[in-house]
Formats: sequence, structure tokens, C-alpha cells
Amino acid sequence: MNKLLMHPATKPAVFLLCLLPFARLAYGAFTDGLGANPAEFLIRATGDWTLRFICIVLAVTPLRVMSKWNALARYRRMLGLFAYFYVVLHLLCYSWFDMGFEWGDIAKDIAKRPFILVGFSAFVLLTPLAATSFNRAIKAMGAKRWQMLHKLVYLIAGLGLLHFFWMRAGKNNFAEVFVYAAIIAVLLAWRVWNYFANKRGKVKPASAGAVRTG
Amino acid sequence: LPGAKSAVPGAMSMEKVTDYKDASTYNNFYEFGTDKADPAKNAGTLKTRPWTVEVEGLVKKPGKYGIEDLLKLSAQEERIYRLRCVEGWSMVIPWVGYSLAELIKKVEPQGNARFVEFVTLADPKTMPFVGSRVLDWPYTEGLRMDEAMHPLTLLAFGMYGEVLPNQNGAPVRLVVPWKYGFKSAKSIVKIRFVEKEPSTAWNKAAANEYGFYSNVNPNVDHPRWSQATERRIGDGGGLFAKRRKTELFNGYEAQVGQLYAGMDLKKNY
Repeated sequence: MNKLLMHPATKPAVFLLCLLPFARLAYGAFTDGLGANPAEFLIRATGDWTLRFICIVLAVTPLRVMSKWNALARYRRMLGLFAYFYVVLHLLCYSWFDMGFEWGDIAKDIAKRPFILVGFSAFVLLTPLAATSFNRAIKAMGAKRWQMLHKLVYLIAGLGLLHFFWMRAGKNNFAEVFVYAAIIAVLLAWRVWNYFANKRGKVKPASAGAVRTG
Repeated sequence: LPGAKSAVPGAMSMEKVTDYKDASTYNNFYEFGTDKADPAKNAGTLKTRPWTVEVEGLVKKPGKYGIEDLLKLSAQEERIYRLRCVEGWSMVIPWVGYSLAELIKKVEPQGNARFVEFVTLADPKTMPFVGSRVLDWPYTEGLRMDEAMHPLTLLAFGMYGEVLPNQNGAPVRLVVPWKYGFKSAKSIVKIRFVEKEPSTAWNKAAANEYGFYSNVNPNVDHPRWSQATERRIGDGGGLFAKRRKTELFNGYEAQVGQLYAGMDLKKNY
């Protein structure tokens, strides 16, 4: 598996795979294939894919440690950037199709509605993480500070969930929210467990090397 | 299901009618699933015959009405109504039916009957999401007596000249065009005349978001989104069509405004 992950063609292949949801949405938008309410479809789908990429990126470290596929670390940064890519699309779709780029209305909407404020905060917090996703930034900041900053992703995952929960709360429709919550809870709980296991010296440190390799 | 053009004031909107495909595949009917596409996929199981509607409570002539009798109770009319969903989208739909008032007059409510409650089918055998915790089943709705008696309040059996598709609330539903769509109960099995304001499904689920009246009102926001504008499904330009301004009472103010004279619509949302 490590060999496959290190193969020069694998990373571009994963990159294209991550673009598939975008390609499908773009195709649907241009061929009228998104149902009766295409704007709502695009806003929801880009939100869903943001949350999915956050789950995927949070799964990298647990999977790497448990499977010993250390080459997985090479993919973490790209997956994180895809989460940012989809949240930017999400915000763009909302600003465009729901608000018609009326910036004053958008600002008011963000201030007035807690669920939009929470989602917007998650986007704002994700921005410095995306902006420091290149090697020079890590060098300039120092690995330790860089890592501290990128721990924000845990908070961002929580805010994203809360945003989704609140959106669905009006219609009491929590089934999907609970699925994402359960996945994120397991991925975060693993980290807590791993931290204490490390302290007791039973498991090799999980995070060593992760920063260097991305 | 043929219907003559209605002569009720306000009943014939001149706006472009929504495509049948959109009106029959983009639905909220939570008994069949919470996704908009679910009802069209899942409602095939609904059995609309035999069907009876029980009229009970404070009426002189309670009883069970078979759907065949209800269909013949008054002349079927076609009415083209705007439909505004609380979620911020809208359609224009040609319904077939007659004023609920026709039925109400027949069953002769008693003097102390001030509200009408509508109970809809909750059959776990044919409705896969009855039993989910989204709502308290059966789905119930209610109107004040004067709202129920208003000529625009429609007891509908068809749309687009045909009998109602299951996902749109077959075989008999309510259409109250100046209120958010969820007030228009689907697949009705019971009509009950009562003295006190009945509880309603969405009000029970989230009282601060869905009031008893739920009149379309651009000036009273939903706690989580604005109601000032709406997206007309199928509007030219598709994705890039601008949202429209929502009208007070969904544009039926001239017909129904007097029902709410002197009421604080912000409090009675």
C-alpha cells in the first residue's frame, strides 16, 4: 500500500477523484440536471462535500497510524485544501444564488442568523489553514506553531457540524447530522485515546513526521 | 379530473404555471421521506381507494364521507394559485376542487365551533417515514373557522386537470394559498370542529419557528432565514433567475386581509 501511495501517478489520480463532485455539479448546472431547485441543490451539495472532506482529512492520521501506511501523510494537505475548495464554492453559491451578490444583505444575514454566522466563522477559521498550506509557511512559522494553528481544524469541524445541525433543526431532520457527528466524534475520540496511549508509552507517537511530510 | 374555471375573486392567477414535472417531483410530504425527491419515489404505496373522511366534533351532521361522495358534493372548479413554501420557494399550481366552505355548510357546525382541525393519514404500512422522530404523527393542521369558510380555502382533489398524484396529497387535500404550504394538509382522513385552537404538527415540533397562523408575510422572518424573497421554481434563467419579492398574504391581501384586521401579525405569526 505504501508503494502504491508513493507512486508518482497516485497523487494526481486522487486529485482528479476529489474534483469529481465538482465536475458532476458543474455538469448538472449546465445541463439543467439538478432538479427543480438547482440553486438549493448546489448550495446543499457543496456544503455536504465540505463536511465530507473534513471527515476525510480527519481520518488520515488515525488511518495512517493504525495501518502503518505512512505515505498517507503526503495526501493530508491536499485533502484539507479540497475541504477549503468546497467551502469556498459553498459560500460562493450562497452569495450568488441565494443573495444575488448583495453584499449589504449578506453581511446582515451573517450577523442576524446564528446558523449562518457559525458556518461563516468556520470558513474564516479555515482560511489561515489553507493559506499556510505550503512548505515555506511551515518553515517561516516553525513546525510547532504551524501544528498548533492547524489544530484549529477540530474546532472548525465542530462549527461545521453545528451549522449543519442548526440548518436541519427547523425541520427536525437530524438523521444525516448524526451520521456526520458520529464519524467526527470517533475520529476525535481516537486522538484522545491515542494521546493517552502515547503517554503511557504503549504506542509510537502518532504525530511525529506528519508535519515534515505534510 | 375536469373543473370549470373558478369565479371566486383571486382564484385565477395569470402567472406562468409551474411545470407539472417540478410540481410533482419537488415535494414536502414527510410521511414519505424528508428529501424533496422522496415523495415522488415512495408515495406509490399510498392506497387512495377506498378512502373515507370522518367529520366529527361540534357539528350537527357528523359522519363518514366516502371519497366518491366528496368528489360529487359540489361542482369541481379549476383554480390557479400561487404556492409559497416556508422554506423560501414558490410555484404556481392549477388545482381542481371546491371551496371547503361547501362541505362545512353541509355538515352544519354548532355555534361554539371556532376552529377546524385536519388530521391526515399516518399509516406505517404504506408510509415509510411515519414513525420517524421528525414529527409527531399523524400530521395535523388547523384553521380558524372564518379562514376555513373563506372561499379561497380549497378542498382539492386534482391538479393540472388530473386527479392528485399521491405525492401531492391524494386523494383529498387542503390548499390555503395565502399561508405557507405546510398549512395545507395532505391526504386528509378527519375533519374535526372544535372550540379551542388545535395544536398543529409543525407548531408542536418548533413553536418559535412555525406559528398557528403561518400567513405568508415578507416582514416576519423565519428565525433562520428571511422571508422577504422567494425563488420561483422553474423561473426563466434557472440557476441565475433573481429571487422575487414575497408579497403579504402571498398576494391575496385584497381577499383575506380583513380576516386579520387589528391583529399583530408579528405576534400571531
